[in-house]
Amino acid sequence: MAVVAEQMPMKVGENAAELKAQARVETLRLGCLTLPGVLLIGVIVLAPIAWLFWLSLRNPNGFTLEHYERLLHPSYLISLQTTFELSFLVTGLCIVLGYPMAYLMTQVRERMAALLMLFVLFPVWTSLLVRCYAWLVLLQRRGIVNNWLFDAGLIDSPLRLMHNFTGTTIGMVHIMLPFMVLPLYASMRAISRDYMKAAANLGASPVQAFWQVFVPLSLPGLAAGIIIVFVLCLGFYVTPALLGGGRVMMWSMQIERNVTYYSDWGAASALGVVLLVMTLAILWLVGRVIGFDRMLGAK
Amino acid sequence: MGQISLPITVRNVTKTYGGFVALDNVSLDVASGEFLTLLGPSGSGKTTLLNVLAGFIRPDSGKVLFGENDITLTPPHKRDIGMVFQNYALFPHMTVAGNLAYPLKLRRVSRAEIEERVRRVLDIVQLSGLGDRQVDQLSGGQKQRVALARAIIFEPRVVLMDEPLSALDKKLREHMQIEVRHLHQRLGMTTVYVTHDQREALTMSDRIAVIDKGRFRQIDKPRDIYERPKSRFIAEFIGESCFLPVEVRSGTAAFAGQVLRLAEAPSSANPSQFLVIRPEKLKIVTDRDDAAGLNVFRGRVKELVYQGETLLISVDLPGGHEIAVRQPTSSAAPPPPEPGADVTLGLAPGDTIIVPDES
Repeated sequence: MAVVAEQMPMKVGENAAELKAQARVETLRLGCLTLPGVLLIGVIVLAPIAWLFWLSLRNPNGFTLEHYERLLHPSYLISLQTTFELSFLVTGLCIVLGYPMAYLMTQVRERMAALLMLFVLFPVWTSLLVRCYAWLVLLQRRGIVNNWLFDAGLIDSPLRLMHNFTGTTIGMVHIMLPFMVLPLYASMRAISRDYMKAAANLGASPVQAFWQVFVPLSLPGLAAGIIIVFVLCLGFYVTPALLGGGRVMMWSMQIERNVTYYSDWGAASALGVVLLVMTLAILWLVGRVIGFDRMLGAK
Repeated sequence: MGQISLPITVRNVTKTYGGFVALDNVSLDVASGEFLTLLGPSGSGKTTLLNVLAGFIRPDSGKVLFGENDITLTPPHKRDIGMVFQNYALFPHMTVAGNLAYPLKLRRVSRAEIEERVRRVLDIVQLSGLGDRQVDQLSGGQKQRVALARAIIFEPRVVLMDEPLSALDKKLREHMQIEVRHLHQRLGMTTVYVTHDQREALTMSDRIAVIDKGRFRQIDKPRDIYERPKSRFIAEFIGESCFLPVEVRSGTAAFAGQVLRLAEAPSSANPSQFLVIRPEKLKIVTDRDDAAGLNVFRGRVKELVYQGETLLISVDLPGGHEIAVRQPTSSAAPPPPEPGADVTLGLAPGDTIIVPDES
């Protein structure tokens, strides 16, 4: 070896430039691989948003703020309030229903957990419209739910379960539940059973161990679920339109009205921009509270 | 931390999983303040027994007592025993101090005392000033110390350790073995330690309980386990050994017709048993005087393997048997023989151990 080293003397750093150039080419090549994705997002997502923003500031005479001024009208403010109320309520109910469900899935045997997962996923594979119409059948005046409650002697006259806030809430919770359960389950499954053993060993009763160790460790999954459900609720259209029967005016329905009834793209665009800004504001707020890397699932 | 330690009594504990017998009617007494190691291959039942002691596994039958108290039916959180888990199980959502304070908070210790005790225990494990660190900012060795500190901070009378050092690299592991040993000597809590590493067991324990297939094979002091194995299994599992078949007749043993001088008479009357030879107990003898009083074996050198601190020399004996002798590599040692050379090996009667095939 020593002989070879003497035969090929080299100055320190002699080929450094060459090696660096090679590293640069490699980085560039990897960059090229992501190009289609970057272009696609640019064309499909960013460009339309920019166009939307442009439209919301225009009328036939040029620049205007009238589309935004119109949003201060009470009917829009009520719509905004309804949207937030429904989104909060649905998210809350999804937590109450989804957390025990996800917890159950982590406690049962593998085979049982797979079966439960199927129950969670099955609705997601079914058309949204089909599920909404199914709820109409279940919840109508002489529907299955009312008949059952009546036969059981729990009610004297049929309850109003659809074409109102109640029906919309029921439908929305059903649609949104999987989006709560899936991230929760993923984060709960990653919690080693040793943590619960350690808590018990240190003197925590099962209830204390659950609240002081398990729940805090499942918070990243809960945060992810809350964000997904809440943000989806804010812009949701089909279910409130069908099960609300026109009585529950969501923000998204105002957008649709402006486009189809009034053919007013400017006003619809302004509504869209407001929704987008609100959504981003909420994400930013949550990110500030629990940390952005945690929110995006980096930890 | 003046701890009152408690003796542990295990009586006829059996645990089966389907057809698999994890613990087969085992009984064990651990004295107050003793450091006992459960040593066995994987699947031997050592971890199952530890989990029975901790209360995570309910035995099918049998009793566990701490002192006078039968705790067989006591749930884990009421047993008051410290435990160090294999992967530490430090809570990632708490700081180091938070982890240490947790068992004290559960015991409603006052805030001022918690602070004081956390400070003191961090001192003991040499992590002073690291209380505010997040758990994932610690190195493996530091996590190990925090896990140890958390297991002793509430002054449990019994501490269990489940292969706590297996995740550390060799140097650190050997260092921590000594540290855990010192900590035990200082605090004096009854300790049950699980490992599959025989060297670790020999280094740390007051007594070693060798377990295999759900049964104890031998429970003894480290020196006795190594120097006086009771069966071929023990001699094979702990340390390095060669075995020569011997014929046992009325308290004497003979290898290839040569009657051996023994440390003690064979324990079993079974005529076909084995002579255990530890390579480092053998010595190459050069003349008649040197061999005086030793059992001698003549053979031919087969191979030399240089291993740093020692040289391992394999020797073929007549009859197709092979034994090995270990020799220090220091320049003061006699020059090693060449492969193919005839050598005479001597074994002191005190090191001449006869074991039955199975106990």
